[in-house]
Amino acid sequence: MVKKLTCISCPIGCELSVSLDESGKILKIEGNRCPRGKEYAITEITNPQRILPISVKVEDGEMELVSAKTDKPVPKKKMYEIIEYIKKLKVKAPVKRGDLIVEDILGTGANLVATRTVNKKS
Amino acid sequence: MKVFVIGAGITGSLITRELSKYDLEVHVIEKAPDIGWGVTKANSAIVHGGYDDPPESVRAKFAVPGNELYDKLSKELEFDFLRTGSYVVAFKREDVEYLKKLKERGKKNGVTNLEILTAKELKEKEPNLNEEIIAALWCPTAGITEPWEVSIAAIENAQENGAIVHLGEKVTDIIVQNQRVKKILTDKGEYDADIVINAAGLFADEIAKMAGIGDFEIFPRKGEYILLDEKLKGLVNAVIFPTPTKKSKGILVVPTVDGGILLGPNAVDLPKDQKENLETTRDGLNEVYEKSRKLVPKIDLSYTVKTFAGLRPETKDKDFIIGATKVWGFINVVGIRSPGLTAAPAIAKYIAEKVLSEDLGLNLSKKLDFNPYRRKIPHLNDSNLKEWEELVKKDPSFGRTVCFCNNVSEGEILEAIRRGARTLDGVKFRTRASFGRCQGGFCSLKILEIISRELSIPLEEIKQNYENSWIIKGKVRP
Amino acid sequence: MRRENVDVLIIGGGAAGLAAAIEAKKFGVKTLLLERDRSTGGVLNQCIHNGFGLHVFKAELTGPEFMEKLWEELGNLDEVIRNNYTVLKIDPEKKEVITLSEEGIVVFKPKALIMATGARERPLNSLRIPGSRVAGVFTAGVAQKMVNIYNRLPGNRVLIVGSGDIGLIMARRLKIEGMDVVGVVEIMPEPGGLIRNVVQCLDDFNIPLWLSHTVFKIHGKERLEGVTIGKVDENFKPIPGTERFLEVDTLVASVGLIPQNELIEDFVEMDAINRGPVVDDLMRTSVEWIFAAGNNVAIHDLVDFVYEEGKIAGKNAAKYVLGEKLPEAKYRFERGDNVGVLLPQKFTGSQPFKMYVRSRKSLEKSAISFSGRTIRKFNWKIRPSEMIDLVVKNFEGFPDEVLVEVNQIG
Repeated sequence: MVKKLTCISCPIGCELSVSLDESGKILKIEGNRCPRGKEYAITEITNPQRILPISVKVEDGEMELVSAKTDKPVPKKKMYEIIEYIKKLKVKAPVKRGDLIVEDILGTGANLVATRTVNKKS
Repeated sequence: MKVFVIGAGITGSLITRELSKYDLEVHVIEKAPDIGWGVTKANSAIVHGGYDDPPESVRAKFAVPGNELYDKLSKELEFDFLRTGSYVVAFKREDVEYLKKLKERGKKNGVTNLEILTAKELKEKEPNLNEEIIAALWCPTAGITEPWEVSIAAIENAQENGAIVHLGEKVTDIIVQNQRVKKILTDKGEYDADIVINAAGLFADEIAKMAGIGDFEIFPRKGEYILLDEKLKGLVNAVIFPTPTKKSKGILVVPTVDGGILLGPNAVDLPKDQKENLETTRDGLNEVYEKSRKLVPKIDLSYTVKTFAGLRPETKDKDFIIGATKVWGFINVVGIRSPGLTAAPAIAKYIAEKVLSEDLGLNLSKKLDFNPYRRKIPHLNDSNLKEWEELVKKDPSFGRTVCFCNNVSEGEILEAIRRGARTLDGVKFRTRASFGRCQGGFCSLKILEIISRELSIPLEEIKQNYENSWIIKGKVRP
Repeated sequence: MRRENVDVLIIGGGAAGLAAAIEAKKFGVKTLLLERDRSTGGVLNQCIHNGFGLHVFKAELTGPEFMEKLWEELGNLDEVIRNNYTVLKIDPEKKEVITLSEEGIVVFKPKALIMATGARERPLNSLRIPGSRVAGVFTAGVAQKMVNIYNRLPGNRVLIVGSGDIGLIMARRLKIEGMDVVGVVEIMPEPGGLIRNVVQCLDDFNIPLWLSHTVFKIHGKERLEGVTIGKVDENFKPIPGTERFLEVDTLVASVGLIPQNELIEDFVEMDAINRGPVVDDLMRTSVEWIFAAGNNVAIHDLVDFVYEEGKIAGKNAAKYVLGEKLPEAKYRFERGDNVGVLLPQKFTGSQPFKMYVRSRKSLEKSAISFSGRTIRKFNWKIRPSEMIDLVVKNFEGFPDEVLVEVNQIG
């Protein structure tokens, strides 16, 4: 069986063909222009993962939200659970880019980190 | 003496202002949340020369005097008015015959400076018109303005002179006793009234029925428009009409006061129950494009800023109905279709000087302290840089640009709010913020923020225009 | 009216402008950047999604991270940046830039000017879609700012119009924040944004993409109540019988970006296809002292490329100010039939440079050629939505006018 995928590792978007045997074992990966395409194909077949960019509520900040992301891809199947968890979070200003908001979010091994600086409301 | 004007469109606004010159208690009641949002908001914005209305019509009686009043009015009320002139163009021999007829008719109506130009003469003045045009009727006195701005200016000035303005208030009934107007009932209260002036535009027949007057009906006629970017400034310098048909003046190409080009309108008669149908249609917009392109072949729709439709209030005879009725104190100013904008200042004068003073026999006395002047909201594009710098030194908010397309500052928006703007459209029609080519992409959120801050209302409660036109649903994260 | 002399003046504080400032400053010339908004960063501020910086920083960053890295690279921001300054006019004869700010009118007299004014979104109103004019219609950028900066949601149920990248990103964003995203309509037979965004923004969240579909009519009286969508033929005309009504209270339009060149287009040579100024490989326009970089030159796919262009403009503007004789742009690219956006349009041949080309058609296997000479082959599908970037190194034997073609092979 051949599965068609679009690599999302970078904006080029290589179209990948992944050949699988009956048990789902990967036999061959074609169409990738760099090694990351191969990696992507393997995880996409076995356990698809995504980086999650999102916002977190800030208290006493000059903005009401701080942007954040998971520092590693998290499993797609846990995505909604993670989103709902993040929606309930609140952080206090000031927040700096790179600040750890949640460590090992829902046991995924990924951390939720701030992606911008939000100063305290003056 | 208590006078109530129903409707704050161009006619109602100018009547209110005219009556505020006299010792009267003048009220204006408007069902929309703001001034000039009905017929006034969406039309061709032309102050017509007055040559093409049938000489025996009521329209003809008011168009020429109305046109003449615009110079003084625009100075007193500080709204933009440009006497661009207009051309009616002819493609065929028969059309030229028609131009001659129009010229004759104009003479009868008191328009004495009409001229028929040859194709060559026309081309010198309007190089972008269709090469197939063989002649044109030139009317130097036609002009362009912004009808909503005229309306807003008139109401502001009337208020300054004591008139009381009721916005977002709907008249629900009129009490008549012994064939005399007695009271006005609205969704917000009731008022003793001596005189009621029905300037209710599309709904004037419904208002008249409340007073027991059912001798006319208003039919909505829709016109669709395409507005093109100010980048095309100079594509035409004057208003361009085709040779008219029986039904209407046809589809025009009109320069706007801020440099854009307006195409339209078509004319679609709608059933009586569609007085709020402002939908544009594919066929309608195509018709506007095809016919305007016949006048100006260079028209390029990739410069479209927006499309919209307006409604015109038509009576059976396609004429104005103006004057006293069998109910003493109830005055109709209805069926004010084209050339209504042109005629409105003359109608307003007529109501005061003829209908109230003579027909109703009222002895009106003029206020000694009437102030005819209304100052407009300052605008960078109309000022020189030195003046503007003075303004910024006094109030730095005039140095903070909010709308980049039209160079509208925060100071102007604050002033619009002070003068009564409560919605995005309220700000837009007073300042031109978000009227430009990005259509509010860069400024609408900032304007919402300013309105919210100034009036202490949450963003969620600010409307685009009417009650149900909410913009923001709520917080992403409470 | 205060006057101020400056060496390099930059208009616009998005990625291109910030990069230009970073580079110009390195040459020790007096550099000033004018930003009309409250702070710099431009659209990076609100683009909280990842996908930025792969070329420049070799890392997958979000917009705000990319922006803050540029701020750090620039150092003392107050020294270089003037926020809330709007440019009213550029006087090409007097070489003056007239601005409005809380300070009043300030007239800048720069030795070199860099235009980094970016792009604006095409509003849905300009598309002449029949129906009502109602509240609830937003461009994707406005919706994005509303959600990510203002912490506000635009409605309950939304249709996305146009599958440009911001539209796709917003489909996911609004879905994550609990809106019912009914789908994305795209009038073209192919998506307008990157395929990766179709996968991770739509497919991942089960949001349908209707290609060759558009909005036939907008319904509602005051707030949007619904839309009629349907299929279009190859000439983009509605196909009768394909209509379907969608009950939505919100439309988010991602129907194109327009380079903003109102300040210079009357006196600088413009390219009608790019909708931006004609530039050379040093990012010079046809007016000697004016340089340009970023989305005002042509719409780019990646902020990384915009940043690189800004740096080139900053470097050469600084050199120009320092009196260095810059080489002449001897060569000019001409477009073949299948070439859309192309930049630079001229080049000096003095150094290798990066050029950007968009194919008008999608091609399975293709090659790009210069006056008949094959420069590069593509064994993968190229699309109009994805800009081709290539480095031009070897100029030997080039004619003065180089015909660029992108053609199907094999």
